[in-house]
Amino acid sequence: MIEIQNLTKRYGSFTALDNLNLSIDKGTVFGFVGPNGAGKSTTFSILATLLRPSEGTAYISGYDVTKDPKQVRKSIGYVPDFFGVYDQFKVHEYLDFYGTSYGIPSAERKVIIPQLLELVNLTEKIDAYVDLLSRGMKQRLCLARALIHDPEILILDEPASGLDPRARVEMRGILRELKNMDKTIIISSHILPELSELCDELGVIEHGQLIAHGNVNQIENQLQAQKVLLVTVKDNVEQAISFFENDENVLEVDHDGEDNQLLQLSYQGTEDEQVTLLKQAIEHGLPILTLSQKQTNLEDIFMEITKGGE
Amino acid sequence: MSRLQSMLINPVLNKEIKLRFRSFKNFLGIFLFLAICGAVCLAFIYIETQFSHDGFTASDSRNLFILLSMGQLGLIVFITPGLTAGAISGEREKQTLNIMLTTQQSSTSIILSKLFSSILFLILMLVASLPLYSIVFLYGGVSPQTVFVMFGFLLLTMLTIGSIGIMFSTIMKRTIISTITTYGFMLFLLVGTLIIFLIVLRLILGFSQGTPGTGQSNNILPYFVLMLNPAVSMFSSLQSNMFMYEFQQLGINWPLWVGYTIAYIVISLFSLLIAINKLRPNMKAKSKKMKKG
Repeated sequence: MIEIQNLTKRYGSFTALDNLNLSIDKGTVFGFVGPNGAGKSTTFSILATLLRPSEGTAYISGYDVTKDPKQVRKSIGYVPDFFGVYDQFKVHEYLDFYGTSYGIPSAERKVIIPQLLELVNLTEKIDAYVDLLSRGMKQRLCLARALIHDPEILILDEPASGLDPRARVEMRGILRELKNMDKTIIISSHILPELSELCDELGVIEHGQLIAHGNVNQIENQLQAQKVLLVTVKDNVEQAISFFENDENVLEVDHDGEDNQLLQLSYQGTEDEQVTLLKQAIEHGLPILTLSQKQTNLEDIFMEITKGGE
Repeated sequence: MSRLQSMLINPVLNKEIKLRFRSFKNFLGIFLFLAICGAVCLAFIYIETQFSHDGFTASDSRNLFILLSMGQLGLIVFITPGLTAGAISGEREKQTLNIMLTTQQSSTSIILSKLFSSILFLILMLVASLPLYSIVFLYGGVSPQTVFVMFGFLLLTMLTIGSIGIMFSTIMKRTIISTITTYGFMLFLLVGTLIIFLIVLRLILGFSQGTPGTGQSNNILPYFVLMLNPAVSMFSSLQSNMFMYEFQQLGINWPLWVGYTIAYIVISLFSLLIAINKLRPNMKAKSKKMKKG
């Protein structure tokens, strides 16, 4: 459905997008995550035929964005990260204008517009002036606008930014509904948890390069090269430390304070190796009370890998 | 038929008209314009009838017509850049342009709609001022043909200045810069061309002294410069002897309005072509460049 090939965008000596390759199947909700300035909006602008790539190209529904932008525009609904509205339009006029812009006949528009407003929970606002809507409502209206020609693909650039928590929840609900309608959605965010539950696939982008790609678990594995094991020993802390330090998979042993019985091991071994390690520790006579793995969430990992990105 | 219909009720045109006529300041603008024009007409008639011994004659009526026409031209020259120089850059600043560009509308349709919607407002102003011309007809001195020619002249001027405004609005990111550039260009057309004409004419006629008569100095540069000046071209089409002697000395027998019409059509087409080409990024061009590099 979306095929990005060696996509590169340079602004003078600055490379905003560096040889990006990505393939997204039909019906997938793809989350594009990365810090500000990582290249998310640049990618989206190219996909929306608004920006010329320096090298490479992208195919949308089989159409090349550089050679067939007109056909590409037919297949996509684009919601930019920042957008304005025509102040003096009423909600239904706003949608009607874009409906005509896509060449939808008047009779059809009359049917589609109330349906779209229902989808985005704006039915009551049909006669309201657009500039009187709240930011969340405008965002939803813009989403309805992007859907007016029933595109196969939705490109949503930071649709939840600047929204209060309630508006975010509402937006997520709408996106879930669109997912059920079998739309292919690419959505960007600089906040990872916002996307993780909604998306089938995630791509993490930093400095214009895709550094991880897959479902949420795969991303965790790709990004998390090492895990943290928590070991509590009854006594013999020194002996335990020297035992674990001798294991080649333990990169580091953290231990704060003499009375502290808790050891934190940075561990890079497999699950089987982990089982062996525990077995050996017990055979070695270490008085182990508990052994557990520290729960890290996706956000921590994301913060870790993108820390120099801002 | 449906194609014609879709051209006539083009979405952007429709939107622009709806938004423009919803704002009160536009009605206020037309009201003030008509009030000023009306006051000028009445003042002109008052002065002529009170202070002239032969009353308001057909020749006074013709002068009033010229005054009104020049006033309308002034209006067009000063208002059209303001209406068009923000047409595209304004959408860009309001962050509505990107969305519009991802719709199915062609660049040509967007640019032309923007131009016509701005011009329609000016045409409304001109049409609203038509009753003022009835004062002129009341006293005679001007044929209906002259009025039509004048309207055609104003329309062409409007179209051309509008196209230039839209071109600058498309190629420049910000409205303020595009507006200043368009007004600067207008200033050149109104004043710059006249100054260059006078300098060039003085130089040429100075060099060719001693060989008076027509056809001796076939230099068409002064004509080319002056034909770009809307005020002089209009005035000379109403008072056909203006600069005719100088042009005959240079071997040119064409009235100025012929050159003006051709030049302005060319400028208008050229500006619109640039605007249409620059509205959306040319997705293909870079790949050619890339191959070279």
